[in-house]
Amino acid sequence: MIAEVGHFSLILALGLSFCLAVVPTLGIYKNRVAWMQLGSSLSVGVFVFVFIAFCCLANAFLANDFSVAYVARNSNTALPVVYKLSAIWGAHEGSFLLWILVMSGWTMAVAMFSGGLTLDMRSRVLAVLGALNVGFMLFLLLTSNPFDRTLPIFPAEGSDLNPLLQDFGLIVHPPMLYMGYVGFAVPFAFAIATLTSGRLDSAWARWSRPWANVAWGFLAAGLTLGSWWAYYELGWGGWWFWDAVENAAFMPWLIGTALIHSLATTEKRGVFKSWTVLLAIFAFSFSLLGAFLVRSGVLTSVHAFAVDPERGMFILMFLILVVGSSLTLFAVKASGIKSEAGFDSTSRETFLLTNNLLLVVATAAVLLGTIYPLIYESMTDGAKISVGPPYFNKVFVPIVLLLFVTMAISPKSRWKSTPRSRLINEQIVPLGVSVLIVTLLNVLFASSFEWVVVATNVIAMWIFLGLLIDLWAKVANKRDQIAALFKQTPSYYGMLLGHLGIAVALVGVAVTIYFSEEKDVRLEAGQSVTLAGYEFILVQMNHVEGPNYVSDQGEIQVREDNKTIVTLYPEKRLYRASGSVMTESDMDAGIFRDLYVALGEPVDTNAWAVRVHYKPFVRWIWFGGLLIALGGFVTILDRRYRTARQRSAIPAVGVTA
Amino acid sequence: MKFGKMKNHRRNRLLLIAFLVFGSGTAVALALSALNENINLFYAPEQIVAGEAPVGKTIRAGGMVKDGSIDRSKKDLKVRFVISDLQESEVTIQYEGVLPDLFREGQGVIALGQLGDDGVFMAEEVLAKHDENYMPPEVLDALEDAHNASNSDAKAPSYGAAKSYSSKAEGQ
Repeated sequence: MIAEVGHFSLILALGLSFCLAVVPTLGIYKNRVAWMQLGSSLSVGVFVFVFIAFCCLANAFLANDFSVAYVARNSNTALPVVYKLSAIWGAHEGSFLLWILVMSGWTMAVAMFSGGLTLDMRSRVLAVLGALNVGFMLFLLLTSNPFDRTLPIFPAEGSDLNPLLQDFGLIVHPPMLYMGYVGFAVPFAFAIATLTSGRLDSAWARWSRPWANVAWGFLAAGLTLGSWWAYYELGWGGWWFWDAVENAAFMPWLIGTALIHSLATTEKRGVFKSWTVLLAIFAFSFSLLGAFLVRSGVLTSVHAFAVDPERGMFILMFLILVVGSSLTLFAVKASGIKSEAGFDSTSRETFLLTNNLLLVVATAAVLLGTIYPLIYESMTDGAKISVGPPYFNKVFVPIVLLLFVTMAISPKSRWKSTPRSRLINEQIVPLGVSVLIVTLLNVLFASSFEWVVVATNVIAMWIFLGLLIDLWAKVANKRDQIAALFKQTPSYYGMLLGHLGIAVALVGVAVTIYFSEEKDVRLEAGQSVTLAGYEFILVQMNHVEGPNYVSDQGEIQVREDNKTIVTLYPEKRLYRASGSVMTESDMDAGIFRDLYVALGEPVDTNAWAVRVHYKPFVRWIWFGGLLIALGGFVTILDRRYRTARQRSAIPAVGVTA
Repeated sequence: MKFGKMKNHRRNRLLLIAFLVFGSGTAVALALSALNENINLFYAPEQIVAGEAPVGKTIRAGGMVKDGSIDRSKKDLKVRFVISDLQESEVTIQYEGVLPDLFREGQGVIALGQLGDDGVFMAEEVLAKHDENYMPPEVLDALEDAHNASNSDAKAPSYGAAKSYSSKAEGQ
């Protein structure tokens, strides 16, 4: 019964979304203020009914209602409660319900926090979001209803959640990722609203900036958590695989990065206006493309969801409709846009343009590698290929290193024009100091000289020093320097954090790639293996019983200089309900190195395959990622957005009165 | 062209365009050459047996792990197994390292590596999907092709598809 309530709520939410797409739009053309004002309450209604549906599915999981097919496939009576809840988004149908919950949540947030927009603009934005809600809900209801029943004969026991997903990572990673993915719908809606209204001034950039920044921050957090989860849960110590589905989430982030920089330029200087609109359209289109790649099964991926041509076709049609109509609109409306100002070849605008260009090229390179198997298959009568990580490393790395160099220089550049000699002179000291420090650190601590690592770390250090110098320049001449620190805008601190995060992650990536060590060995109890100066001794194997699994647990002592520093307990679990085997790795995490142990399989009566890793600086990658996300979040504290709202609120009252 | 007579912003714009054209041209050339070097073609057991697969080039091979074919070394982590298309074609795979969790007899797997002169496939990486019911699309196609070619009356194996996360194993 409760499942039917959920199903019915979804249908109601679909109806309300349809009204949200249509009523305010009609209001604009018929000039009915009351119809336009309905947008806000409709948005709240959509969210409430989606939330009810979500709660109904949660209830089905908690109550072990195996007559609901989705629950029967992804849960089990012995599943711990917390995983019953995260199992809601453990597979295709439920995860798309989460997607819709997030989508309607963003829609409601726009309705609630856009009081400063003119009523006309707000109605347009909400109508676009309403239309997107309609598309997503139709998809869920028509192709992947999570409330489908298996009546009259339903299983007495569920077949359990995929063991890989019974983990903290799955509780937090998908919601974060979807907040980012779906969040790009908001700048997209603003872009479309601006195009349809024909008033393409820099005001729209100011409105969409906080939304774009936050969505981008969430996506950064989601990617970081996903990378961390894959690292410890997949049991082979990798943190990025250039897998199709990873790329699907990475591409919107890259375009989103270009977007937030371009939005800043448009807001501050009134240039790149049509380009920024285009980026907003593309950022969201890449989110949809990601959904298509993940949920259609067209690509072989380690994460792909169910293979269902019908679903893939629906998303593809929706994608074509969204991209096609928005690009047509763009072509018709954006031609008359003129820049408000010119700029010099060494101005900050040029640096931001270079940033955008490199990011777009990098995205294109990733896109090409990701969909090349599809292109190749269609061109060669079905020959199947995969594109290996070396392609991505070869193409992506040089582009982003170039990007990071411009990133080191650009904070010191000025709007409109920077004297070229000054720009160069100011970089000599930080670059020189970076080279000195990194070389010294390399001589002192590194086991060998890797010029790629040294070069990358020099760039990271250069970025870091550049940020410090820039901050210092802003407060040095002030009498009260601490107070001056507090006076800098949150947007500025967001930039500092984001760039700092890149520098930190850069160090992590370079050092981890070049100095990691790894060994697969056969160990019997009492035997040991030495890696990077650490001795790993398999003391014994234990038998452990979990709530819904049994496990062989290795007791592995790690010794350094003949002193035991830690004992690790990696496991090989057998989940009872599904009969699937799962590696549960264990690690000793540290700022400068991780020691990571995973069990393979028993290779003999008393011998096990064991994999040991030494991973220097690997934590820096995720720490950098979280700094980047934080950088996105702090920018919304900026008072400019709020005062801007108050200022523009006055004419809005005039319209409604 | 005389830059001296051009207005400053015109010259700058021209430089910018030249830079853009040069930059994107290089990027495209770089991307395409890297792409050509790094695509790994998939070969079904039937094609490998028929000698269609190149020797010594990195390719992917996929099929079902044959029952009773897993042969482990007593000293280290070397392992040999046979993949088949459930018809007549079989290929021996050699690998050293930790195999993925779902690697077992009767599972569909994909191996990345090189075919040796002796017809043994030396795998650097073995992939098995993390779900009993999931079949890599390549392997599924290979099985179906082989099945259709053999004209048998038996029903084609059907594989349900469900959510699937996979694990990989990498050799050294």
